[in-house]
Amino acid sequence: MRNFAYAKASNSTEAIRLLGHSGAAKFLGGGTNLVDLMRENIEQPESLVDITSLLREIQENADGGVTIGAAARNSAVAAHRTIRERFPVLSQAILFGGSGQVRNMATIGGNLMQRTRCDYFYDAASRCNKRTPGAGCDAIDGFNRMHAILGWSPDCIATHPSDMCVALAALDASVEVEGRDGKRSIRFTEFHRLPGNTPHVETDLRPGELITSVTIPKLDAARRSVYRKVRDRSSYAFALVSVAAVLEVENGVVKTARLALGGVAHKPWRAGPAEEALQGSPANEASFGRAADTALAGAKGFAHNEFKIELAKRLIASTLADLARKDGAR
Amino acid sequence: MSIMQTLVQTAARFKPDADPDPLIASKKYVGRALDRVDGRLKVTGGARFTAEYAPDDMVYAAPVFSTIAKGKVRRLDTAAAESSPGVIAVITPKNMPRLVTPSLTDFAKLDKIAASNLPVLQDDSVHWNGQVIAVVIAETHEQAQEAAARVRADYDADEGMVSFERNKDKAIMPKDVLGEPPEIKIGDAEKNLKSAPVQVDATYRSPYYNHSAIEPHATIAYWEGDDRLYVFDSTQWVEGYRNSLAHVFALNRENIRVMAPFVGGGFGGKAGFWWNTILCAAAAKMVGRPVKLALSREGVFRIVGGRTVAEQRVALGATREGKLTALIHTGLTVTPDHARYAEQCTFPTRHLYATEALHVAQYVVNLDMVANTWMRAPGESIGTFAVESALDELAVELRMDPIELRRKVEPARDPTKDTEFSSRNLIEAYERGAAEFNWSSRNLQPRSRRDGAWLVGHGVATAYYPALRFPGGARVRLEADGTAIVQAAANEMGMGVATGQLQHAADRLGLPLHCVEFDYGDSHLPTSPMAGGSCQTLSILAATRATVEKLHRELLKLEQKDSASPLKGAKYEDLVARDNGLFLASEPSRGVSYVEILRKAGKPYLEVEGVSSAPMEMMKYSMASYGAQFCEVRVNETTGEVRVARWLGSFDCGTVLNPKTAMSQLRGGIVMGIGMALTEEMLVDGRSGRIMNRSLAGYHVPVNLDVPRIDVLFNDIPDPQTALGAHGIGEIGITGVAAAIANAVYNATGKRVRDLPITLDKLL
Ligand SMILES: Cc1cc2nc3c(=O)[nH]c(=O)nc-3n(C[C@H](O)[C@H](O)[C@H](O)COP(=O)(O)OP(=O)(O)OC[C@H]3O[C@@H](n4cnc5c(N)ncnc54)[C@H](O)[C@@H]3O)c2cc1C
Ligand code: SF4
Repeated sequence: MRNFAYAKASNSTEAIRLLGHSGAAKFLGGGTNLVDLMRENIEQPESLVDITSLLREIQENADGGVTIGAAARNSAVAAHRTIRERFPVLSQAILFGGSGQVRNMATIGGNLMQRTRCDYFYDAASRCNKRTPGAGCDAIDGFNRMHAILGWSPDCIATHPSDMCVALAALDASVEVEGRDGKRSIRFTEFHRLPGNTPHVETDLRPGELITSVTIPKLDAARRSVYRKVRDRSSYAFALVSVAAVLEVENGVVKTARLALGGVAHKPWRAGPAEEALQGSPANEASFGRAADTALAGAKGFAHNEFKIELAKRLIASTLADLARKDGAR
Repeated sequence: MSIMQTLVQTAARFKPDADPDPLIASKKYVGRALDRVDGRLKVTGGARFTAEYAPDDMVYAAPVFSTIAKGKVRRLDTAAAESSPGVIAVITPKNMPRLVTPSLTDFAKLDKIAASNLPVLQDDSVHWNGQVIAVVIAETHEQAQEAAARVRADYDADEGMVSFERNKDKAIMPKDVLGEPPEIKIGDAEKNLKSAPVQVDATYRSPYYNHSAIEPHATIAYWEGDDRLYVFDSTQWVEGYRNSLAHVFALNRENIRVMAPFVGGGFGGKAGFWWNTILCAAAAKMVGRPVKLALSREGVFRIVGGRTVAEQRVALGATREGKLTALIHTGLTVTPDHARYAEQCTFPTRHLYATEALHVAQYVVNLDMVANTWMRAPGESIGTFAVESALDELAVELRMDPIELRRKVEPARDPTKDTEFSSRNLIEAYERGAAEFNWSSRNLQPRSRRDGAWLVGHGVATAYYPALRFPGGARVRLEADGTAIVQAAANEMGMGVATGQLQHAADRLGLPLHCVEFDYGDSHLPTSPMAGGSCQTLSILAATRATVEKLHRELLKLEQKDSASPLKGAKYEDLVARDNGLFLASEPSRGVSYVEILRKAGKPYLEVEGVSSAPMEMMKYSMASYGAQFCEVRVNETTGEVRVARWLGSFDCGTVLNPKTAMSQLRGGIVMGIGMALTEEMLVDGRSGRIMNRSLAGYHVPVNLDVPRIDVLFNDIPDPQTALGAHGIGEIGITGVAAAIANAVYNATGKRVRDLPITLDKLL
């Protein structure tokens, strides 16, 4: 780890000022990802601006939605009563991530900005386009069990590791950011990027911008929603494939469907075409199977992750079937 | 085998048995589930581990690891590191003290214990990806780390051989496997196999594994003058480290002291005299101050080897009644040329089952890798995965209950050693386990039980580990107040060594527990073997027994100077130790207390040192522990996820010293076996030889949720050939576990997975 300077901001204007825009400084949330990467010398900021004493509120909006401060801790969000009731998928997704200790430290902003767990990205001795643009990608012909099957490019096949973000993608959330030039709001599904030929550019956030909050709009159907995560051990492992799903059925017909996948792409993967296919279809196995096929259309895997395609299809179909059951039980 | 060895073995076979240890019948503390004596210290943070010592003026070392597997460091740019804040020195082959090259493990010579025989940072050659090529010393840990990242290396890289898959054809047969022949043939197994009415012939694969002990390797070293060296080290063999340091630094053994009061797990990974210890001592010598070298988790993965990848063939030929006519077990493992350790995967097969014809053979392929080493039940853990899976496959072919098959193949004598068993009650362990587990309710038909999305299955497999003993010493000091201290170099890695030894010493001396102390973890104390091979407990028991006998004989001599002594005319053989003194066995009221003996003799204390005999019993008998592992697994039909729902281990491992610490050991082994079966795998990139998942975020040991309730049963039948009738139990717990799980997965799903770990993609 490189030696670094540390400052604690007391409001967002100060935070933005302290950060500057040279790229040499970084915001510090819980540090559960950033400090790890600094220890590995993958990130080498000259200074850190700690934002954990601001932006911690979780607020219910008049329309029935919620706005979550960027520095709210993951565990606080997961435990929040309104979120548990109205958006159980979000609460569940968070609780499927990391460990109790990690969630107690991790913030919402940090979770959005956490970087891939690709082993070659983490290893300075390996070639990685994300770390060093143009260097090459050692994962494509290396270990790629954890890697993407959708939306990847020949330059990078990494996945975004977050669970929480998969739920936020399904819930049509938006990300509020603030910079020297003012505030703006970004649709959650457009916040993270596909790798293309610039895998080092991971989000729509501009240099110097601070994430201030995430807003989830009202969605009544989300009261019946669920997050399912499949991984290599029972807990404390990143997703091989995960599914965030919302399903509202009326008279045996799908009225509302939201579907997003984790562990399959460089960003939380909202399965729009599958949702469209479900809309108005009978809520039965055949429709769910078709939706699963639609969601995975065009998926292509590598030496160690081909299985994710079949796994994702099965997981989607069984998750929807569970939600469709009257009691919504798993 | 040399003529000498043959002679010794022949002599051992005719040596009459000693009587079973009389303490087996009169034990008082032994066998009780006492709390571990260091438990409170450990849970309150009071137990100090190596990296927690802080001698005055201490500085910190950070190693720099190579990023190629084979070749030379062409240029090492240390300028930026040297000018980095707080840096005292950068050690490279140019300024590294000249050292004697460590020697590979040779059990006959206790200064030869290294896992690798490469010179340590003496030249610019690179032999594995991750080898240390420089060490930075700085005032703080952080400064050392920062500077280490500033060292730049340019390499002349050679091709190197790192891929197991691509180099299997270069396999050779090693000269020996831990001193045993690499190949044994009895009859013509291949011929019998071909003509057998029922046949199984399959290949079983297991990946590289890492010990992942909770405490990463750490050393603190300092010198007094040029020739006195003090070392705190997280070693599981203080004495071996002391002797090896003497060898490498050309010092007298007496001038070196290695201390390891507490060690946070080793599992074999802290016995091989690895580079971190040597580098730390060399660094301390160079800078003339105490140096701490605490490896990061990555550091452990880079420079301490783990368990080799393995590919094993097991072929069984059997009659319809389940008698084996052919048993073939061949294994291919990896070992670099600088380690030459062929992991003994065929060893269980050499001793487990009756067969008409047998063929075992081992091969190795030499790769440019970090030295492979012992990891909990080396050989037996992966070996039992292969042979116990195959036996289950045979049971399926025969449509026979797998326990019934074990009965059919139970041998009367050791099949390859051709000796009697000192104590073998495997079938009893199976029967007790089966009753407790309710095995009879299991479905013989696979895929016939489900619970919602989960398929449920049951599996069983044999556990096996040899009962080893090494000669060793002990010192017993009896104080005038009637208390005693027992001392042995011994290593406590969390197994409960001190607790078990105290229970034994108290019984052996006839003292209440609170009157006895056990002192360990220091190379200045009488010699002990490594805490490995599950040999330590048994070895120290034997040494203490011999030493207490010596003490009692001396006490008797002192006592008999008193002509009015109640023990007048008594011989040692007539005595029993109890109630704080020595008494006549035949006349319980006649005796004298230790306090009285010493008082009359005018001695403030009596101290004796003793050694145990050579382990001749191991030549005369086949000596091992056995067990039956039972489990229930659930496999999700949609996702392929495997969950272990229930576990029962039923063990035949001699007298149990302390059921509480023993159960912890066995449960720990079973947990590690669950990891081996389901979650653990070290990912070695076949292009670079680099370990890619070198942290515990990527190397998945089981989490609590992966581990069900584990029940443990003991036969508790003493082995007449050992002190107290006991066996070591550190390793047997992991054996058979992976096979039991694979067998249960088959029972649940009808799919046979022969390739560890059993990840969900293999069951989709
Ligand atoms: C062992 C381990 C296991 C884990 N397992 C999981 C898992 O299973 N699922 C999962 O989803 N996650 C998992 N995580 C990841 C964890 O969720 C993230 O590390 C965490 O969410 C990051 O939050 P943080 O506040 O600690 O971020 P930090 O580490 O503080 O920061 C991460 C990044 O975000 C930037 N940042 C932080 N706040 C802001 C802001 N307001 N505006 C702009 N930029 C900001 C930082 O500059 C930095 O680049 C795991 C982490 C660990 C260490
Ligand atoms: S997949 Fe992406 S992150 Fe991983 S090595 Fe390739 S470029 Fe780097």
